Amino acid sequence: MINPLDLYARRRIINATGLLVSMLAMGFGLFWLCWILFTLLENGLPALNSVVFTKMTPPPGSSGGLFNAIAGSLMMSLVGTLIGTPIGILAGTYLAEFGQRGWLAPVTRFINDVLLSAPSIVIGLFVYEVYVVHVKHFSGWAGALALAIIVIPIVIRTTENMLRLVPTTLREAASALGAPQWKIVNFVTLRAARAGIITGVMLAIARISGETAPLLFTALNNQFWSSDMDSPMANLPVVIFQFAMSPYEDWQHLAWAGALLITISVLVLNILARVLFRQSATTH
Amino acid sequence: MPPCPFLSITPKVHENMSILNDARLKRQVWLDMLFRGVTRMSAISVLVLLAAILTSLVVGSMPAIHAFGFGFLTSAEWNPVTDEYGALVPIIGTLTTSGIALLIAIPVSFGIALFLTELSPRILRRPLGIAVELLAGIPSIIYGMWGLFVFAPLFADHIEPWLNDYVGELPYIGPFFSGPPMGIGILTAGIILSIMIIPFIASVMRDVFEVVPTLLKESAYGLGATTWEVMWNVVLPYTKIGVVGGIMLGLGRALGETMAVTFVIGNAHELSQSLLMPGNSISSALANEFTEAVGELYLSSLIELGLILFFITFVVLSFARYMLYKLGKREGQVS
Repeated sequence: MINPLDLYARRRIINATGLLVSMLAMGFGLFWLCWILFTLLENGLPALNSVVFTKMTPPPGSSGGLFNAIAGSLMMSLVGTLIGTPIGILAGTYLAEFGQRGWLAPVTRFINDVLLSAPSIVIGLFVYEVYVVHVKHFSGWAGALALAIIVIPIVIRTTENMLRLVPTTLREAASALGAPQWKIVNFVTLRAARAGIITGVMLAIARISGETAPLLFTALNNQFWSSDMDSPMANLPVVIFQFAMSPYEDWQHLAWAGALLITISVLVLNILARVLFRQSATTH
Repeated sequence: MPPCPFLSITPKVHENMSILNDARLKRQVWLDMLFRGVTRMSAISVLVLLAAILTSLVVGSMPAIHAFGFGFLTSAEWNPVTDEYGALVPIIGTLTTSGIALLIAIPVSFGIALFLTELSPRILRRPLGIAVELLAGIPSIIYGMWGLFVFAPLFADHIEPWLNDYVGELPYIGPFFSGPPMGIGILTAGIILSIMIIPFIASVMRDVFEVVPTLLKESAYGLGATTWEVMWNVVLPYTKIGVVGGIMLGLGRALGETMAVTFVIGNAHELSQSLLMPGNSISSALANEFTEAVGELYLSSLIELGLILFFITFVVLSFARYMLYKLGKREGQVS
């Protein structure tokens, strides 16, 4: 016979141990992440100065900045977002507004969710195969295309989610006033979900601004200034990769500066998106 | 196609007006069809994209498939000089690093999710939750750099000698942990990957735990269950499909991750029993060699590696999504 008090004590001990381990896990997770952020600040801040924003990437052994890489990243992200966003919003609209019947919407939703976390390096391979091979050189356009393919699933997902949050009564009210469906969607539901959709686009930009793998085979890199999207283009992630793996100290310092820049911009975009979404959620 | 029902009730005042209305109505119907068609095309483009990715990878890897057949999957050869390639080393590298990452990440993420849903003081809950989500968004190249410059040297100086001395002597598992302490290798890559996917799995798990109806938990507490028992006997069984889905999503991410691994895995096409030795994963082989690959067969073998990676992650991610959908459906039925 087990003493019921013993049983109770045992349960309490198991509980206390479990909870302690859970707290330790939280601490463990935060510990690594704080350490990473700390290293980033420690190495990145001293390397971050005005030269970084004004000079081009240097050859090994001399000083320079990251201006061409920053510009290239901005241009490719911009073009990628401009290509990906409209397709994403339209497809998301279809899933939320027109996809109640038939097989197309559920299948698309499923495939989209899979593409959402598909390995980005494979997307780089794909763009290499269908674009770079045919034009026979790496280019900024190819990089932007690869980024656009990453943007699409993210925008589709958030657009659909946000449209579903719009109350059906709003659609019915517009419908009762005699509005055709394209007007309802464009001027009522999409407008009501605007803040949420912008949030999604911002999250997508945050995601692509740090993507390295798809750019390796598409935009490659360029040591010099180039605003020509049809030629190989410098970009921050690939420069960081190349410089960090190099044995030259100057390059490694620049890589830290670039890493800090990317992290800050990703975090700022994420936080902005959250603030924006919360504000719109409270005003509704 | 019949006109939209809500437009056909427009009142007809004059004969002239009705003609006008008919024309306007037709235009609206046409615009409706156009808009619907455009959104539909965009949705279809997602399917086309998937088909195109698959086709291009298959077409690109055709030369390698013809040259090596199924032997590609089981050969550990990787020799650009003799033009012989096999995928065994990178496949094993990808699976081992992801396996190590999951082994570490699952319990830790569970702890974090438990902390965030049940234990954390109310004031800390939101900031900690947001912190975890923000950290899941940090680009993987940062983890890789940190691994190379900070973690690998420390690992080589302090942890690997210890592993060699104490764990390396043990029977069965010893051989996995003995080898030169270089800091760079499969084990390091696995650990960096786990740090990277912990916030990711933890935030999915937390979302999943939050679908459990409060009523259910409160009834367990009311019967005198401890927090741990509620978690283990109520929340976990209720959400187990979702938890598996979340873990699989994390696995999908770990399998396809490139930058966090490439920095620290060592990029060596050698099969070694020791986890401390450098190895190669599919994605790091691609990242390191693709732009420098010369020769059709070399390039095509690398593309076939990409195809294999895409196939593995596709299966894992489909499974993950299926599990999460099932949880979502159940949630709909219960509440």
